[in-house]
Amino acid sequence: MSERPERLHLPNEASAFGVVEKPLSAWERLYNRGALRKTGLLILLAVIWEVYARLLNNPLLFPTFVETVKAFAEGIATGGLLGKAWFSIRILLVGYSAGIACAALLTVFAISSRIGTDFLETLTSMFNPLPAIALLPLALIWFGLGPGSLVFVLIHSVLWAVALNTHSGFLSVSNTLRMVGRNYGLSGPSYVGRILIPAAFPSILTGLKIGWAFAWRTLIAAELVFGVSSGTGGLGWFIYENKNQLEIPSVFAGLFSVILIGLFVENVIFRNIELRTVRRWGMQS
Amino acid sequence: MHEALLEVRGVTLQYKTREHLVTATYRVDFQVLRSDRFVLLGPSGCGKSTLLKAVGGYMAPTEGEITLKGRRIDRPGPDRMMVFQEFDQLLPWKTVRQNVMFPLLASGKLPVRDAEAKAMQYIDKVNLSKFADSYPHTLSGGMKQRVAIARGMAMEPDILLMDEPFAALDALTRRKMQEELLQLWDDTQFTVLFVTHSIAEAITIGNRILLMSPHPGQVKAELDSVPREMAGGEAAKALEIRIHDLLFADAVEEEAPHV
Repeated sequence: MSERPERLHLPNEASAFGVVEKPLSAWERLYNRGALRKTGLLILLAVIWEVYARLLNNPLLFPTFVETVKAFAEGIATGGLLGKAWFSIRILLVGYSAGIACAALLTVFAISSRIGTDFLETLTSMFNPLPAIALLPLALIWFGLGPGSLVFVLIHSVLWAVALNTHSGFLSVSNTLRMVGRNYGLSGPSYVGRILIPAAFPSILTGLKIGWAFAWRTLIAAELVFGVSSGTGGLGWFIYENKNQLEIPSVFAGLFSVILIGLFVENVIFRNIELRTVRRWGMQS
Repeated sequence: MHEALLEVRGVTLQYKTREHLVTATYRVDFQVLRSDRFVLLGPSGCGKSTLLKAVGGYMAPTEGEITLKGRRIDRPGPDRMMVFQEFDQLLPWKTVRQNVMFPLLASGKLPVRDAEAKAMQYIDKVNLSKFADSYPHTLSGGMKQRVAIARGMAMEPDILLMDEPFAALDALTRRKMQEELLQLWDDTQFTVLFVTHSIAEAITIGNRILLMSPHPGQVKAELDSVPREMAGGEAAKALEIRIHDLLFADAVEEEAPHV
């Protein structure tokens, strides 16, 4: 057995190394920005669209990107596209908030008793798979043509997604946090508001996002059905009307606005809420 | 006898799992005096954490009673602040400062401005002033536990309940945290009920040690720890061996016939 001597070293000074920390190149930094990458993709898609439409050369079936943008600008300037979009958004907000309020009631009922949980689970498994549009004929009979029916189907499309996510969020709040909350002497509404809701916020936010997407889709689809007989209408009606007049670029412009509003809500509104809450808190990376 | 702050008298604790009714502790008695560093020590399954939960007010004894300053404990409350083992005990949506302030505000003990001053005073005591505005997810495990301790102490509760607060830390950090806790105690002489399964930790932290035997948890012995200045010396070693023998004497006898 050879005996091993002790080894003692002094660590090198930082200046002895070539690179300890060095800024990335400009290109690497640009590529690291998600928004920029996505914008690049969007531009690429627009170019492909333009080239394909020009090759196809059939404006009735597939107008070019430039034509669509023109129709979009015209729609805003003269066709009342903004007004129609606002009409849609207003109804959407009413239905969305009503849906969230119903979901809140249902979830509070669900966490306060076991029968409430059963109630929520049963209702959700019954109604969640039911497409909101399938309820439209019934809504028309109950509430007539107009905002009432739209709000009804919107509530249906928002309620279950939000309630389900909020409830499962509450259930997954860690036992330690629950004990901490009760240790502070919190109970009832202040316990729900100050411990459970913030602790379950990632799930609640997911529910709100899913609910929003469901509601937006439902609304446009419902307006397409409505469009036939309703005098004033939203974006769905705009699309339907222009299809009837074979103004295909305007149909595309209508779809384009639906997409733009969807992108805005998802990437600006919800994104900012996420950055300010769950990401800052490290509850979601 | 009258100066007992916390009295546990003949406490039997039972809880139900899906299939069993488990007796966690059987007729446990002990008394914690003011400024005690009282340690509950025992192997896993001796019901020491369950006992601490009962003192915290999270579960009611099936037999016996627990009183704090002569008042029967029947629910959780901010007069008995808990420090848990888990790192997720801090509220992730609040900064360090807000976390320490929250119980002071939620219990209505202090108005906002005083709560902030008090919070900063205790954050300073655990050397985290620089991180007062950080969110918990940016802190290391040891720092999180220090915030939890500051949060518990800022409430200046009648008794601080600590449930293996250093068990999830690495050995070096644990050592440091034990020293810090003792320094804090020198400062304010708070009363603490401390649960651990480490004999060495019990001797370091505690001035009085309650040994418990498992299945169900019963009191095996109640001993004085060695004085602080003798920690690490011969007396501490001897006590460690004595406690070890007390705790594991049965286990050897039980296992012997199988050999």
